[in-house]
Amino acid sequence: MGRTLAEKVWSDHIVHEGDGLPDLLYIDMHLVHEVTSPQAFDGLRATGRPLRRPDLTVATEDHNIPTVDVDKPIADPISRIQVETLRKNCEEFGVTLFPLGDLEQGIVHVVGPQMGLTQPGMTIVCGDSHTSTHGAFGALAFGIGTSEVEHVLATQTLPLKPFKTMAINFEGELPLGVSAKDLILAVIAQIGTGGGQGYVLEYRGEAIKGLSMEGRMTICNMSIEAGARAGMIAPDTTTFEYIKGKPHAPKGEDWEAALAYWETLVTDPDAKFDKEITIDASALRPFVTWGTNPGQGLPLDQSVPDPQSFSDPVEREAVENALAYMDLRPGQPLKEIAVDTVFLGSCTNGRIEDLRAAAHVIKNRKVAKGVRLLVVPGSTRVRIEAEHEGLDQIFLDAGAEWRGAGCSMCLAMNPDKLTPGERSASTSNRNFEGRQGPGGRTHLVSPEVAAATAVRGTLSDPTDLVEV
Amino acid sequence: MEAFTVHTGTAAPLHRSNVDTDQIIPAEYLKRITRHGFEDALFASWRKDPEFVLNLPQYEAASILIAGPDFGTGSSREHAVWALQDYGFKVILSSRFADIFRGNSGKGGLLTAVIPQDAIEKLWEITEASPSTPVTVDLQERCVTAGSFSCDFEVDDYVRWRLLEGLDDIGITLEHADAIGEFEKKRPSFKPVLN
Repeated sequence: MGRTLAEKVWSDHIVHEGDGLPDLLYIDMHLVHEVTSPQAFDGLRATGRPLRRPDLTVATEDHNIPTVDVDKPIADPISRIQVETLRKNCEEFGVTLFPLGDLEQGIVHVVGPQMGLTQPGMTIVCGDSHTSTHGAFGALAFGIGTSEVEHVLATQTLPLKPFKTMAINFEGELPLGVSAKDLILAVIAQIGTGGGQGYVLEYRGEAIKGLSMEGRMTICNMSIEAGARAGMIAPDTTTFEYIKGKPHAPKGEDWEAALAYWETLVTDPDAKFDKEITIDASALRPFVTWGTNPGQGLPLDQSVPDPQSFSDPVEREAVENALAYMDLRPGQPLKEIAVDTVFLGSCTNGRIEDLRAAAHVIKNRKVAKGVRLLVVPGSTRVRIEAEHEGLDQIFLDAGAEWRGAGCSMCLAMNPDKLTPGERSASTSNRNFEGRQGPGGRTHLVSPEVAAATAVRGTLSDPTDLVEV
Repeated sequence: MEAFTVHTGTAAPLHRSNVDTDQIIPAEYLKRITRHGFEDALFASWRKDPEFVLNLPQYEAASILIAGPDFGTGSSREHAVWALQDYGFKVILSSRFADIFRGNSGKGGLLTAVIPQDAIEKLWEITEASPSTPVTVDLQERCVTAGSFSCDFEVDDYVRWRLLEGLDDIGITLEHADAIGEFEKKRPSFKPVLN
């Protein structure tokens, strides 16, 4: 019988199997950042174990760094110690590090692909749940905890039970004005935050094939919000062209050999998924979350739901809690919700194409009075590229703040936070209570909706804007 | 890791679904570089509410948490497991756990036992009516007991074996060091390496 893409990549990485134990899976690339690694390096020291493959390990600083005054020492002493600890650990164990101020620094999931370190058929892990991003290249990529970070540092492997496979088939093409973010938010709303639990999702169909690598990364990135550990998209010419010429892309004969292998990385026609769902892509519209988990979302032209319309008591209670926290009333049109802050950035939507899409909407327009628009490029290279294209000036002219690269307000570990009660439209991935700062309220949106919302001050899509 | 066979303690009912790791431990607390000392961070935001279950004196000594479905969703932060353990929890009961959280729990010796939602609701009732009811979680028998109520729970076989034996995962893997070396010899040259 044929095999799925995920099964092919899995079986190509089995170091050891049998004995009733999980498979021992080889890890091709281990991405490291400052927050989930210090205790893992401590573990190596405590047990006297060496780092097995420093050449398959790469680190950057992203979660806990400021996005202003990046040339100065980090002001928060606890943050500074954590970042300095990463630097010391990388020095001691021989790990390549892209620190704050380096041209290659940025959010770990933006850095990997832009350096060509993310390639089809690889196994990629990182102590960060959004490692699923790299699945856009046909890699099997998933987030791990700190104990597993230590495990990979020591052995370059992980003991794992095979994931189940789920196909998410999109029928039809994505309508104009509907982005990859809208598509994935709609998937999560349909299958729920636990719907993908135990599965690797494979996104398939014309709507996926038509997306750029940036769009595919946005989709795979949020697989974790559907409960799946990984999401994958079969590599094709769009993938190969994106990788070609990147600093770590294979060259010469290696390129030919790699390409021959990559072309085999598709789900066989007779393969069987453990589960399949189908979504009509042509019916999708701009999407937004109204609640406090990413599954609580609706098309932007709808209204806040009524808890009484949910029959399941657990779900009804969750909706009541969410509306109370979000300070929303049932029946309120989503487009009437006013925001204080708009955040454009993150590993979900902080790549160059995302900035271009938002800049296109906001060009020659102004951010609404009383609204703050924070633009945080996903990496230093994205920032430089955007500046080269003049996007920074478009944002600055509109009244936005143009920042240095990092995770920033996506998780509010650094000083970029919402204040209690403040409401944001955010291109990031999580609308949990307090995610963007204690007491902050988050609505997840696409870059286009973020830009239109910044202009109007209420949740909006670009078609709501008057011509300029 | 300390072996886990049977645990008996009191339990706290947490009437929430989708308890994400940002609620278990907000990002602010992840700046610390130690593996312990996170007890103050557990549910830091919810604990500001005097009515929050862990602030009620009758649940002060609870070592078992009974939660709604989809516990531990979100970020991969293992700090969530450390915070629950540092606070004193040995077992979390839910009808469904997020994958990464469940994996992290197994590594650190926190038992995540899966029971159906109707059993969760029964345990909520019991521990609300009588908070001092001893709850016993038997990993050998895969069984939860509270008074006259009893139900089997699901736990991954491999995790169960490791917890019962108190084994170190890395130690088990390093027994296959030769196989890892052999695998590395066959890896294609086109795969990326850092210099």
